[in-house]
Parts: sequence; structure tokens; C-alpha cells
Amino acid sequence: MDNLISGFAILAQWQVIVALIIGSVGGVIIGALPGVGAAVAIAILLPATFAFEPIVGLTLLLGIYGSSMYGGAIPAILINTPGTAVNALTTYDGYPMTKRGEGHRALSLAYSASFFGGIFSILCLIVLSPVLAWVAPHFGSREIFLAALMGVLLVILAHRGQTFSAAMLAFFGIFLNTVGLEPVKYTRRFTFDQTWLSSGVDLIVVVLGLFAISQALLLLVDKEHAPGEAHVRGNIFTGLKELLGLKRIATVSSSLGVLMGMVPGTGEFTSQFLSYTYAQKTSKDPDAFGKGSPEGLVASEAANNAVPGAAMIPLLALGIPGEALTAMMLSVFYVHNVIPGPQLFAEQMDFVMALYMALILLNVVVLIFLLFSTNLLLKLIQIPTRFLGIMILTLSFVGVYSLRNSITDCAIAAGFGVVGLILKRLNLPIVPIILGMVLGGIMEVKLRSAMARVKSPLDFIDRPIAAILFVMILGIILLHIRSLIQEHKDRVKPQPVLDEDTTQQG
Amino acid sequence: MIAKTLQDMFRRYRRPGDIVFATMFFVFSLFLLSQLGTETQVVKRTKWFAQPALWPTIAIWGMVVFSGLHLLSSFLSPRIPGRLREITFWLKSLEYVVYFLIYVVAVPWLGYLPSTMLFAALLTVRLGFRLPGAFCIALVFGAVVAILFRALLQVNIPAGRIYEYLPDGLRAFALTYL
Repeated sequence: MDNLISGFAILAQWQVIVALIIGSVGGVIIGALPGVGAAVAIAILLPATFAFEPIVGLTLLLGIYGSSMYGGAIPAILINTPGTAVNALTTYDGYPMTKRGEGHRALSLAYSASFFGGIFSILCLIVLSPVLAWVAPHFGSREIFLAALMGVLLVILAHRGQTFSAAMLAFFGIFLNTVGLEPVKYTRRFTFDQTWLSSGVDLIVVVLGLFAISQALLLLVDKEHAPGEAHVRGNIFTGLKELLGLKRIATVSSSLGVLMGMVPGTGEFTSQFLSYTYAQKTSKDPDAFGKGSPEGLVASEAANNAVPGAAMIPLLALGIPGEALTAMMLSVFYVHNVIPGPQLFAEQMDFVMALYMALILLNVVVLIFLLFSTNLLLKLIQIPTRFLGIMILTLSFVGVYSLRNSITDCAIAAGFGVVGLILKRLNLPIVPIILGMVLGGIMEVKLRSAMARVKSPLDFIDRPIAAILFVMILGIILLHIRSLIQEHKDRVKPQPVLDEDTTQQG
Repeated sequence: MIAKTLQDMFRRYRRPGDIVFATMFFVFSLFLLSQLGTETQVVKRTKWFAQPALWPTIAIWGMVVFSGLHLLSSFLSPRIPGRLREITFWLKSLEYVVYFLIYVVAVPWLGYLPSTMLFAALLTVRLGFRLPGAFCIALVFGAVVAILFRALLQVNIPAGRIYEYLPDGLRAFALTYL
């Protein structure tokens, strides 16, 4: 109870409230703009938040993270253009509903499902907190090493059909993290006698290049995409009532979102895939899926909005980010010398509570904002995409240059911008690079400290949690091999070709 | 028969230009592998898990193996025409990288506010927005960004050297806020 009151006191500071409102409203706007997305916005704002208190900076970033998917549903439903990549599935059922004159109903359901998913995941986080606070201190170096290894493995295997590219890019990320002066023996690694490489490759520079600059370049070079015009009328929140009739789908989808959000390396896409499949299989009208099914829409939106809250679990409890956005947030913790992990739960539970409450409040702020602003947002998304490119490139400069006023950093970020553009054009994943960098660093440090305390390699898994994690890693590998064999058997049957020819944006 | 099985195992969706990137990445990985001995050190009286060379070795071997498999799968997957057009698209982005780097170099000299306004406005013209309204919007956008980040958020960006030549009253203001 003390922690709750103390957390509330932290949250009641005016700076935190302003950050919450700016982050939530800004996140909706950014999410609604096709081609921007939360990752771009967080990458740009990240260095600016270093000057703030950790809670202020994190609230701002969490606001953007948690609210962008609300905004992304608007163009996905009304003009068949997902605002963020994770809203792509929303177009399957949202846009057909708009075409048959139910745009207002679709938006209303999407907002309600998103709100349900968001709140559900935070409640899970709160309920799980005592368990996390109890389990987290049992994670020593070897357990954290194994959890990070599992994260790398999952991020590779989660990219089905792209496993080789995801693996090569994850290893590239691990390599990038090793460049520079090694901190224990002080030897140089892959510096090629260049002083600018001695300090290594900064994670934020890579993030800004791969997410923000690449997106700016993509928008600048690509031809102009003019989103269609749309308008909605009526009370947007009638969907809350309709959602009650679909509460089974919403609850299961949100639960899958929470589950997948907690597992490093999986995230929104896997949870959406699982919940959509579940909704379709259990529906009385499975043929309506993809043709404007309210159940499909609820499954997609509830699942993706349940992920941000749950993604905070491995980050806060173990210091292990599950995907790119929480990896970026990890740097905010580090800059302020707040080390997420078991100690955070033991010593700064009020801080954790303040973050939970901020997550709940941001969902409420977003819902209120959307009550008045849907039509205004529809006007905003008419900004020419090439002008958006100029805006992102201009803002990217602040992000990179303000780190340490280095022209070299800007050049490196621009280089990664071109790499990111190529990856996006080829539909290859970017996230494995970022997670490789972050988790690679964690694995190196934790393996060194863990191995110093064991006599034989088997001692490494002689503790219960380490043994469980090891069995899980083996299980994941075996399951993957089994699914590969199954896929190979199925391949003899002709498969329908899905529409994969979309450029990855947002 | 073996070729057919291989093709079945490795076939995937392949976009135009995929094989070019796959080859470049594989060559880059091989280059890093060739440098492994000279760019990392094996330290005496240090166990294997604490060797500075351990993680670069794991990472680079991982890159070599998986980029090799990625390249192989690219060879074995059906090709979609348009490679040259795709590579031209990649190369076109370099033009904007050059503009960006000119902007980066200009900021410490011209100052954040003037260079940001200029950068946004000139890019607007380059992209074909010829109406005076678009030019003005770009100027306003540049000004708002500069004022927001440097004056209000006090983000770490140095003052322009050109500000030293401003009149006394304005100079102090420009050095601090613009």
C-alpha cells in the first residue's frame, strides 16, 4: 500500500502528467500517420528524454508506445492503410466493414478492443507484480544469460520464413556490440586502428539509423502515396457495448497478447496471428473473417494493445528487452543509472507502481482524446508522405547529434539508414539487429560472471530456474525442428500465395 | 532429386534485389572472418569465457553460416524481375544522405535554427513542392523544431559560430536559445 501511495506521489508531479499527455496524444497522432510509427518517434525522442527524470522520460516514451496502435487503427479501417505495421491485420476486417458503410462501428470496436487489451495487460502486470518481485531475485547471472539466449533464439525463430536472415542479422547485432575497446581486458576489437571506432557503435545511433533515417529515406525516394479521404459521424464509443458481446474473443486475445508480450522476441505479430486464428476457429461464422468480421477486428486490436504492458515485464523484472521499443527504453534506464532487474523490484517498487499507473492513465487519456479527434486525425494523415520524410530526417538529426555532438555518429546513423532502407525494401527484419546488440551485451557480461563461479559446464544449470530455462531452450529448438519437418511434408501440397508484396513501413 | 529437395527446403519469398544484398552481406561476413585473427586478441592466463575474442568469433561465424544459407536460399527461390530498378532505388537514397551530412556539417557553423530552416525549405523545393505555401510551411516547421529542442528542451546542440558576429544583445540570446 505504501508503494502504491508513493507511486502515486511520483506520478502526480506536473512534469510526469505533461509527459503522459504529450506522449499519449502524440502517440495517437504518430500512429495515425502511415509511414511514421512508434519506433521512429521513440528513436528520435530518446536522446531528448535523457535530460529528464527517468520517470518523466519513460512516461513520455511509454505514452507513445502504448497509444500509437490506437491511432494506427484509424487509417487501417477507413482507408485500408495501416498507420503502424501492427495494424496491418486490422485492415483485413476493418476496411471491408467501412466499405459496407460500417466504418463508424469498426472504429468504435477497434478503440474499445484496444482499450480492453491495454487495461487487461496492465492489470495482469499488477497482479503478477508480487510473483515477479518474488521470482526476480532468483535470477542470477546464469539465469539472465539463459533468458537472454532464449530471447535471441525466439527473435530468430519468430520470423517464420525469414529464419536465416533473422539469424544473420541477430549475429550482426551481436558483432556490432563487440566493436571497440573491450571493457575488461582493454583490448581493441574490430577497430581497424580507427579512433572513431574505439568507443564502439552506439545503440542509439544504430536505432536512429535503422528506424528513423531509413524511414525518412524510404519516404523521400518513394513516390508520393496519397491516402484517400474519409469521415466518420456519430458516437465513437458505442463499440464498448458491442464489445461486451465479444468479451470471450477480447479476453482470449488480450491474454495471448500478454503471454506473447512477456516472451522476449515474439510480440505483436505472433499474438495477433494466434488470437486471429483462435477467433476464426471458434467463430460461428469463420467465413466472414477477412471480409469484415467484428470478431476478427477485436482479436487483432485487443491482442496488439495488450503487448506494450506485458513487454514491460521482462524489461523491469530481468532487464531483458523483448523487442526493439523496450530495448530503446532500456537505454533511458541506463543513462539515469537505474538498472532494471531484480533490484528494481526490491528497492524501487514505488517507481514500478508509478509506471503501472502511468500505463493505465495513458489508455484513459487516449480514449478521451479519440472521442473528439478522430475526424481531425483523418485530416492530419493527408500530409504528403514526402514532406513527412523531410520532417523525420530533420528530427533524426536532433536525436543523433545531441548525443555527443559528433559528425561521425551522424555519418554512421546515415549509413545504417541506408542499410535499414534496403532491409525494409527487401522485407527483411530489422529488430534482430537491435535485440542482438542489446542481448549480446547482456550475454557477454553474464556468461563471464556466471562461468567464474561454476566448476563444470553442467553446474551452469544446477539451479531450478536455470534448469527450467535450459529445458525451455531445448524445447523451443526441438519444436522448431518438428515444425520444419511438418512444413516440409506439407510443401508437396500447393499453397495459396499470400500478399507479401508490401513495403515494411512504420 | 537432391536439387529438388534442396530447393523445397530453402525456397522462400524473394524480392527484387534480394540476391544482391545477400551476396554483399555474405562477402562482408567473410571479410570480417578474415580479420578475426588481427582485429581481436587472445589474452594469456584468461579462461575461454573471458577471452575478448570469444563473442566476436561467435558473432562472425554466425553471420558467415547464416548469410551463406540466406544466399543459398536466395539462389534457390523464384526470382521476381526488377533488380536494376530496385538497386537504383537504393542508390537514389544516397542523394538525401549527402544533403543530410551537409546539414550536419552546417549546424556548428550556421547555427541550429538557420540551418534547420534552410534544410527543410531546400528539401521541400528539391522534392517538387513549388508553391510558396509549402516553402513557408517548411520554414515554419524548421523554426518550430529548432526552438522546441534547443530553446525549450535545452537539448545538447552547440551554438553556431556565425552567432559571434551578431550585435551584443542578440548574440547572447542566439548563443543560448537558437
